[in-house]
Formats: sequence, structure tokens, C-alpha cells
Amino acid sequence: MSEDSDTSDTWTLPARGRAGMVGLIFTETSFFAIFVVAYLYYVGKSTSGPTPAAVLHTPILASIVLLSSSWTIVLAMRALRADATGRFARWWLVTFLLGGTFLVLTAREWARLIGHDGLTIATNLFGTTFYTLVGLHALHVTVGLTLIALVFVLTLRGYVDVRHAERTEMLSWYWHFVDGVWVIVFLTVYVVGR
Amino acid sequence: MGVLDRTVPAAEPVAEAPSLVTRLHGWVVTVDHKRLGIMYIVSGILFLLVAGSMATTIRLQLVVPNNHLVPPQVFNRLMTMHGTTMIFLVAIPILFGFGNYLIPLMLGARDLAFPRLNAFGFWLFLFGALLLYFSYLAGDGLSGAGSAPDVGWFAYAPLTERPFSRGSSTDYWILGIALAGIGTTATAVNLLATAASMRCRGMTLGRMPLFVWLMLTSSAQLLIALPPLTAAQVMLLLDRFLGAHFFDTQAGGSAVLWQHFFWLFGHPEVYVLVLPAFGIASEIIPVFSRKPIFGYPVMVAASVGIGLISISVWAHHMFAVGMSPAANSFFIASSFMVAVPTGIKIFNWLATMWGGKIRFTTPMLFCIAFLFQFLCAGLTGVMLAVAPFNWQLTDSYFVVAHFHYVIVGAIVFNIFAGIYYWFPKMTGRMMSERLGRWHFWLMVIGFNLTFGPQHIAGMLGMPRRIYTYEAGRGWEIWNQLSTLGALFQAAAILVFAWNAIVSLRRGAVAGNDPWDAWTLEWSTTSPPPEYNFATLPEVRSRRPLWDLKHPDDPDGPYE
Repeated sequence: MSEDSDTSDTWTLPARGRAGMVGLIFTETSFFAIFVVAYLYYVGKSTSGPTPAAVLHTPILASIVLLSSSWTIVLAMRALRADATGRFARWWLVTFLLGGTFLVLTAREWARLIGHDGLTIATNLFGTTFYTLVGLHALHVTVGLTLIALVFVLTLRGYVDVRHAERTEMLSWYWHFVDGVWVIVFLTVYVVGR
Repeated sequence: MGVLDRTVPAAEPVAEAPSLVTRLHGWVVTVDHKRLGIMYIVSGILFLLVAGSMATTIRLQLVVPNNHLVPPQVFNRLMTMHGTTMIFLVAIPILFGFGNYLIPLMLGARDLAFPRLNAFGFWLFLFGALLLYFSYLAGDGLSGAGSAPDVGWFAYAPLTERPFSRGSSTDYWILGIALAGIGTTATAVNLLATAASMRCRGMTLGRMPLFVWLMLTSSAQLLIALPPLTAAQVMLLLDRFLGAHFFDTQAGGSAVLWQHFFWLFGHPEVYVLVLPAFGIASEIIPVFSRKPIFGYPVMVAASVGIGLISISVWAHHMFAVGMSPAANSFFIASSFMVAVPTGIKIFNWLATMWGGKIRFTTPMLFCIAFLFQFLCAGLTGVMLAVAPFNWQLTDSYFVVAHFHYVIVGAIVFNIFAGIYYWFPKMTGRMMSERLGRWHFWLMVIGFNLTFGPQHIAGMLGMPRRIYTYEAGRGWEIWNQLSTLGALFQAAAILVFAWNAIVSLRRGAVAGNDPWDAWTLEWSTTSPPPEYNFATLPEVRSRRPLWDLKHPDDPDGPYE
């Protein structure tokens, strides 16, 4: 082992924000995994209706909306790194609107399930696990949207520029994570669980 | 940095002792990792006194058959609060307090990666703890049933569901522990980020002190293992308040799923606690053997190996549930496997001492006792991992003896070793060696007298968690010895507390490096200044202070 190579001027370490976000995503993954396991464990164990096959419609539009917001946030980050604040603000707003649309679509799905199909968290095991898993994901979307809105307001007031690209990027990592979780939730609830 | 400049007062007035309120205010608003570390350790010790008196009461209740010192309901609360407190409010905060205090110092950094997140985590932990204890006042709820939680530290559902656990006591258990857990998670993320991003020049991963390596393994494990508990607690809360059915067997819910989730947390948790304790031993044993640690890379590999394997052993707590033979075999095999890296570590500590010039100071004494006691714990652990043997002794006092040999015999002994070792760094004063020896011998005798006989009581069939027992089963003498030992331990803790208080005021002045040690925390003053190092150090080997003291014979070429 060469003694001086690592004490020269090339001593660089990963940014602490990145390390922290990786840690957060790691532990959140474990958290979601337990709810996914609980969902799969209870598939078909409900003692009464309604069943997933009878009441669930595949949320194709909501999925497209949410997953495409991952793409728009990448475009926004590219703009911010190029110090094109105006373009950043536009794509950032589009991301927010896409995420918001996803939440509205989820809310409408829940309203239909509760009002029309009579499925609540207390109805049967399907209701229990469905609202918990989908709700937990929606909660994460809500947190992400709140933070995105915060950054948007700061951008409009002129506080965000290329110097904040690193921190903003961490928020985009979180957003990608939330989107990735949706893929798992989608497969669990609407494909495997039905 | 401009932010820092603003806080420096223009002209320092004549040094005058600040008022008590000012000093307390300083502690409350601090984001300094050293102060937060000390606050973690001190609150952990205070809870140790509380949960220790609970344990003493439990032992007094069991000293003779058909005793009526405390009624059964109170006994159940004592048992629950003792276990919950010792794990979540004593062991975790003290060990992560050490991590908080030491990791930036050992890595040559000025603070953790996220100082404010650190303060947030501490206060979340403290208020979670207070919320749990608030149940003594408010646990009755509206139905007037029960005060503190009485469901065991494992809180098995469905017995914790609304119909079986009325009142609010279980809700206090859920919320208090979940809050404290979020605080601990924040700290774990913080420690990992610190080690990833804040190491001083030359502090490569292969040169990090073993304590840092073990805290990191433990933190990473905590990030995987704590969420199952929090998730299960969320499910239980939904069951109790919104009528969900996760653990409601009448609606098809499972009576076993909680056990899986709980032990998926609960067993890695043992390693989350014991790995930092290993880390303390790995710092102390080399210094007092005057030799570098034997087999550093193997120690690192074994630690990470323990961290990985221990995630797949949880159901050895559940052999009596009636799992399939395939599942039983898997968990037997994985539990055996985790003993291998653990054994490697014991041999490496012994090899470090072998041929060394051993100094029998109080920290070293505690570490040596740890080696023997942890070996006992490991041996009974391997015994209990054999499913047929486990079926005979499950839920008996043999199990109680086994895990107290781990948690007290290994973890608490190393915590004491760590306190004696780093007290001079934290306070600037040495603890009394004379009182330290009293503490050590009372503790060794008391500990082995308490938990040694419980192996036998367990093999004679005494179940755990019972509030009393009948005469004539041959359990009396073992329980009496056990209670006698508990009194010895109580005396030991009082000697320790006295030692800490007296030494804080009148202990010998420590100086920077009282033990002639090798890691970076000993290169700065005791206690260190708020910024830790005036100039950030540069490291060329695993023992930077050795290199500094012996420039003619540096470690580097031999690593």
C-alpha cells in the first residue's frame, strides 16, 4: 500500500447529504418491505367481501402521471445545474402538478371504494392492508409534494440557483424513491394481489 | 465560515461563572455532538437506575415462594417496564451516546454530519421515553384499566389488541417506543453519513478505529431492523384505533405475524447493542495489553459478517410456535452460523492480550470479565439454537439467564468499561481506581450470583414471567441466591454512581492522554474544545498517536 497516495490533495469523500439520503432511503425501504410482506401474507385471507378482483381497477393513468414526474424532475435538475432557473421552475412546477394529479386520482379511487363499494380499513383484511400500504405511499407522496412546493416558492422568490443544485438533487432522489416504491406497490396490489 | 464568525462575541468580558439558567440553556439548545453524547449517556444511566430498582423489586418478590410483596398486575408492569426501559432507554442511548461522542473525535472531524438532526434525535428519544413513563399517570384511559404497560417488552399481538388490553397503557408503549425509535434512526443515519463524509485526511476505511467500524455495522443493522418494529406498531395502532384487522384473529388476522415482525427487529437488536459493546472492548483491550489489535481486517470482516447473518436468525425465538421442519432447520443453521464470526472475535481479543504487557485497570477488568461472561452467553445461545433443546427450556429461567449474560454480562460490562475509559476524556478528571475496583468486584460477584443460578432454576422447570411460585419444587435456593446477587449488583451500581459524582468534583486531573492510547480522541484536550481539533489531523496508520509518539517506528509500513 502506498503511504502517501491517500494523503495528497486528492482526499475527497462523498457529500454528507448524499450519504444521509442513502441512509434514509435504505431504512424507508425496510419500512415499506414490511407493509408489502403483510399485504402479500394476507392476500386471499379475508373472511368477507369485497375482494380485490371485484372492486379494484388498475390505476393506469395515475401510474403514468406519477412515473412521468420522475422524468420531469430530472429535466428540472438538468436545468438547475445549467443555472437556467426559469426552465428549472417550469419543470419543477410540472413535477408538482403531476404528483398532485396522482394524489387527486388516488383520492377519487378511495372515494369510490368507500362510498360505492363500501370498503373501509375496518371492512376486512383486504381493506386493512390495502389502505395501509397505498396510504403509506400516498403519505410519502404528500411529504415529497410539500417539500417540492417549498422549493418552488423559494425559487419564485429568487432564492434558488445553481449553488443549491446539490441539495435540490437530494429531494429529487427522495422523489425517485417514492416513484420506485409505487412500482412495487402497483405490482403488489394491482397485479399479484388480484 | 461567516455563520460561525457572527456568534463570536466582540470582546470577551472578565471570565465569570455563568448562571445555572444560562448553563442549562446551553445544554438544551446545543448541537455539539459531545454534549449530546453526554446527555444520551446520562439519561441512559438515570433510566438504568429506574429499571434497576424495578429489577431489584422483581427479585425481592421472587425471593421466597408465595410472596406478596407486589400484586401480580404490578409485577407484570414491573417486568414490562424493566425490559422495555433497559433495551430502548438504557442500552441504546448509552451506546449511541458513546458513538455520538466518539465517532467525530476518532475520525478527526469537528462534529457529526448533521448536528441539528443529532439534537432532534436526542430530544425525540427523551420525550419518547418520558411519554412511555407518563403512562404511570395516564395509562388508565377512560376505562380505568391498568396504568403502565403490562404486556411484556415484546407486546405479543393479539394480546395487545383492544379487547385484551384495555385502557391506554399499550398505546403509551407503542407511541413512546416508536418516537424514541425514530430518534435513534436519525442518529444511525447521522453516524453513517459522518463516517462516509467527515473522515479526516488519510483516515481510510481500513484505518478507522474498530469502535467506529462496529458502530457503523450496528447503525446499518438498526436501519434495517428497527422499521419492522415501527411498522408492526403502526399496524397495531391501526387495529386499536381504526378497527383494522392485522392481528385480529376473528377476521382472519394472524396471531404469529406480530412475532415474526417483532423478532425480525428483536434479534438483530441484540446485535445492534452488542456490536458497539464489542467496539468498546476492541479499543480498550489493545491499549491495556500494549499491543495493536490482533487481526484488524478479520475483526472488521467478522463484525460485518455478524451484522449480515444476524438478520436471518430471528425465528429461533419462535421454535415453540410450531413452524415447519424446514423453517426450524433454516433458523437452527443460521443461528449456528452467527456463532462463527463471534467466536473469531473472542479469539482475536485473546490473541491481542497474549504476550501483551497487561495493565489491570478498571476498564480492562470489565473487559476481561466481559470475555468470560460473553463466552458463557454464547455457549447457552448455541444450546438454545438447537430446536429440540429449545422446546424443553423455552420460556424458562434458562432463557432469562442466557440473555442477561449477553445484555448485562457483555453489554453492560463493556458500557462500564467504556465509562471508566472515556470519563477522563469527557470530564477532564480520572475516576477513582479504588472505588472502581469495588464496583468491579461487587458487579462480577453480584452478576454471576444473580444469573448463574437462574440457569439451574430454568432447567428445574421454573417458567419466566411468573410473579410467584409454590414451595417444594427445588427452586427456592436458586431464587434466594439470585436475589442475593441482585443486592450485590445494586450495591455495585451505587458505588459506581458515588464514584462518578465524587470523581467529577475531586478526581485527579486527567490530561490529554491518561492511558497512553493511540486513537485521535486522545490527541486533543480533556474535555475537548467545542471544535474538537484546532487543526484537523492527518492520519497515516491505524494508530495515529503511536506514530506521533514514536516517529522512529511508525505503524504504517507494517499495515
